[in-house]
Amino acid sequence: MAPGPSASGESLAGQTVSVIGTWGGTEQDAFLAMVKPWEQLTGATVKYTGTRDLNTVLTTGVASGVLPDLAGLPGPGQMQQWADSLVDLNGVLDVATYTSETAPALVDLGTVNSKLVGVFIKTAVKGLIWYSPKTLDLGGTPPATWDALQSAITSNKDKAKSPWCLGIESGAATGWPGTDWIEDIVLRQAGPDVYNSWWQGKTKWTDPAIKQAWQTFGEVVAQSYGGSATVATTNFANAGDPLFKSPPGCLFLHQASFITGLGAFKDAAPGTDYDFFPFPDINAQYTGAIEGAGDLFGMFHDTPAARSLMAYLVTAPAQDIWVKLGGALSANKNATGYPDEISKRSAALLTDAKIFVFDASDLMPSAMNDAFWKGITKYVQDPGSLDSILASLDQAQADAYSQ
Amino acid sequence: MTAQAPSVPALGATAAPSARRRPRWVGRLPLHLAIVGLAVLWLVPTIGLLVNSLRPAADIASSGWWTAIFSPAQWTLDNYVAVLNQSDIGPAFVNSIIISVPATIIPVLVASFAAYAFAWMEFPFRNALAVAVVGFLVVPLQVTFIPMLQLLGPKGFGIIGSFLAVWLAHTAYGLPFAVFLLRNYMAELPREVFESAALDGASPVTSFLRLALPMSVPVIAALAIFQFLFVWNDLLVAFVYLGLAAPDNLPLTVVIANLVNSVGGGWELLGPAAFISMALPLVVFFTLQRYFVRGIVGGSVKG
Amino acid sequence: MDSRILLMIAVCIAVPAALIGYIVLTEQFLRLVPERFRPRVRPWLWLAPTFLFLLVFLVYPTIATLLRSFQDEAGKAFVGFDNYAWFFTNPGTLSTLKNNVLWVIVTPLLCVGFGLLIAVLVDRVRYEPAAKSVIFLPLAISMVAAAVIWRFMFQYQPPGEPQTGTLNAAAGLAGAGPFPWLTMQTLSFNTILLIIVMAWMWTGFAMVILSAGLKGISPELMEAARVDGASELQVFRRIVLPLLLPTLAVVTTTIVIVALKTFDIVYVMTNGNYDTDVIANRMIKEMFTNGNFGRASAIAMVLLIAIIPIMALNVQRFRAQEALR
Repeated sequence: MAPGPSASGESLAGQTVSVIGTWGGTEQDAFLAMVKPWEQLTGATVKYTGTRDLNTVLTTGVASGVLPDLAGLPGPGQMQQWADSLVDLNGVLDVATYTSETAPALVDLGTVNSKLVGVFIKTAVKGLIWYSPKTLDLGGTPPATWDALQSAITSNKDKAKSPWCLGIESGAATGWPGTDWIEDIVLRQAGPDVYNSWWQGKTKWTDPAIKQAWQTFGEVVAQSYGGSATVATTNFANAGDPLFKSPPGCLFLHQASFITGLGAFKDAAPGTDYDFFPFPDINAQYTGAIEGAGDLFGMFHDTPAARSLMAYLVTAPAQDIWVKLGGALSANKNATGYPDEISKRSAALLTDAKIFVFDASDLMPSAMNDAFWKGITKYVQDPGSLDSILASLDQAQADAYSQ
Repeated sequence: MTAQAPSVPALGATAAPSARRRPRWVGRLPLHLAIVGLAVLWLVPTIGLLVNSLRPAADIASSGWWTAIFSPAQWTLDNYVAVLNQSDIGPAFVNSIIISVPATIIPVLVASFAAYAFAWMEFPFRNALAVAVVGFLVVPLQVTFIPMLQLLGPKGFGIIGSFLAVWLAHTAYGLPFAVFLLRNYMAELPREVFESAALDGASPVTSFLRLALPMSVPVIAALAIFQFLFVWNDLLVAFVYLGLAAPDNLPLTVVIANLVNSVGGGWELLGPAAFISMALPLVVFFTLQRYFVRGIVGGSVKG
Repeated sequence: MDSRILLMIAVCIAVPAALIGYIVLTEQFLRLVPERFRPRVRPWLWLAPTFLFLLVFLVYPTIATLLRSFQDEAGKAFVGFDNYAWFFTNPGTLSTLKNNVLWVIVTPLLCVGFGLLIAVLVDRVRYEPAAKSVIFLPLAISMVAAAVIWRFMFQYQPPGEPQTGTLNAAAGLAGAGPFPWLTMQTLSFNTILLIIVMAWMWTGFAMVILSAGLKGISPELMEAARVDGASELQVFRRIVLPLLLPTLAVVTTTIVIVALKTFDIVYVMTNGNYDTDVIANRMIKEMFTNGNFGRASAIAMVLLIAIIPIMALNVQRFRAQEALR
């Protein structure tokens, strides 16, 4: 659909739309590049502000009524709490086009009580396994099952110091890379039904299916480069750096698609220095399951300019601009301008997924998510205390979901 | 004034009689070593940041900063260029000045009235009240945001987003410490000064403006340095009182924090940004440092 | 932009002029009041501007917080002391209490100790401004940059690899390590490390204020003692220290409060992991992450109650101070 004058026909020239999000640096540049054509067409201006305190700022804003026109939302859980303050986008977007271009799971996640309050402005595929083709020649047939992966590790033992690279440090969000691990294992070991009932708080953490996933993750931690001290203290962005060292520190790194813009990946060549394959199947029953995540976007003020910008942002031409600049995947199937083979393939994983699930920790209540992160840091340090970690997560679950 | 120092024997020098026969600097050597030692200890972390701010991100991640000290050939100004190329850094710098200068002057002046009253006027509960004022220092600013936005927002006074809102907020948040510090200093001023002034018929206003304020110059300088610094480095108050309504008015700290993207890329730019943003507070520190001179109180007593 | 700078300059001139005009006018106003009532009315007029600011920005939100602390997370139902009971029974919050005790004791010891030492030492050398600015420097660094600085300090690489962190490189020179510093929770070692980061930043604060206090001590007094044959240490203990005591009390009280509400260092360095959590970090989390304003308000109230003993000490000190002069 074409952006331009608002639906009512009045000119938007000279109007401004205030936007707050978490994007900074290159992401901010990409977002501004994305809105530029809209600004030129309408004569309106976008005032973007990025903040890492999005939770603080929007919680304060929602409670007091001082809000930007459009805003990035911290996650689906938070969005539900603010659903009353958010504008229903059913009358704002070209809904038929939006639903036809977007995965149904993502449309559903943005809907609260049949109100469409959030759209995914960018997405990422979680749980990709990264390796260096220079170290490891997989001959075009990457391991498709967990067992095949284990035998690949055994047969290539001598090529690196350790099988896995892992780093869970991430400042105030320390622990999250481990939550992705657990989620990926639960999804392929126990299947999407358990996965969903687990983030919904219906399956306990002490449930054998969940415990087994932690134990599988424990095996990975035990085979990680530098041992638990390195895992605990290494920033996730630099966790993969040993892949490129000589001699290599590890064979594999498990991380989402956005790792290509971080650490040593940033200066390495896609395809030759690094490559990936999707997380292998553990139980053949759940083949083709993919976990994704994304940045939600919502609208607080129903102004003509804000409506027009919101409608523009989810269109394929707009999404294509960000996608071309790299580092992000689009929720829109028709945005196809990916700059390299690697991002094209990861985007295809999302669109072709037989079973698609959203990042479970992002879906849990924030208090549960926080406890999950903390549980990961404890487990990495002291795998022997798994039972007490899971018991305390059960306690946090009882508290977090009752609210 | 330190210029008087030559007539003052050094620490411990008089304790050892033999010191008289040694050159003066030998006796003072431990003093200099102690100061330099502490300074180096304090500087090491910052030097690490300085050296790393001159290196490419890949080098920073793979080797320690000290390995690069003696090979300036590897140094690059790229990180600084990248920070200065941010289009909004110039306006944000100006915003920071516009926010910080009034938000320093106003609370210092307002607090000095209260401090003088607490120190030299008689009224019931004054000590308890003075302590209650500083007690508010413990209130986490975050709990004040929602009530304040409701009061100052569009449904209230409608000043959210204006510099006025953030000046008022910083004044209020700075007052507990300012009143505490000034009251304490003013209470130590010699009683005779104020008594003789009162006998000469000076009103409290005259005593305050002509005696209390001039004699408090060192502590006012110290207070001004900190108030300026806290406002200059503040991110959250500015974001809450300005960012939601008027992003054009946001200060440098917000632009700097935005150099890093949401998954942590670009953190190598934080070093250069820190040094750029540090420049003005250091100028303020050096400027006001001149007022840390000895003898203001003593001189006034005699005069 | 130009008009905004003009506005700032106008504010910087007009507001102080108005404030001084206000104080001068109070005397005019007091002439209308019978003479014997003037001393009773005058202090309130001098305090009025401060009280107005505090009432609006701090007292009113504090009262709102107090009321909120007795409500549930949505603010719909009255729950009595449930939120407080939660705080004092939850193992996670109880461990923050233990850490806060460490913060409140160790931070002032380090900051005031080093601050005093440095202020006294640099008072005797000509390069005082330069030396002081070095100690002051960390306070001028914003928290985001300080987090990067200390990441370089604490960084850890596996044994055998070249270390990239300053502390581990130093430990390596001594033949020890490497150590994963911030995860070492035995005897709260990592909390102590975080306190050292705080002390690195806040010693400059103590130093500057103590130094200003030092300059307020009459040089004649010290000179007289020296002429009487007192050693420098005696001058310090008998003259400087007693006269500096009020300033020391101010600095210590302020740093105790700052340490009690410490939040950002813990938040950016560990976010409370590895048993380093503190009260204020819990409060922020309950408020903005978990959206539970009832609990967050109760935690804020715990902070307020915790400073009452310190405040009581200050009232006593104020009285003693006034009795002396």
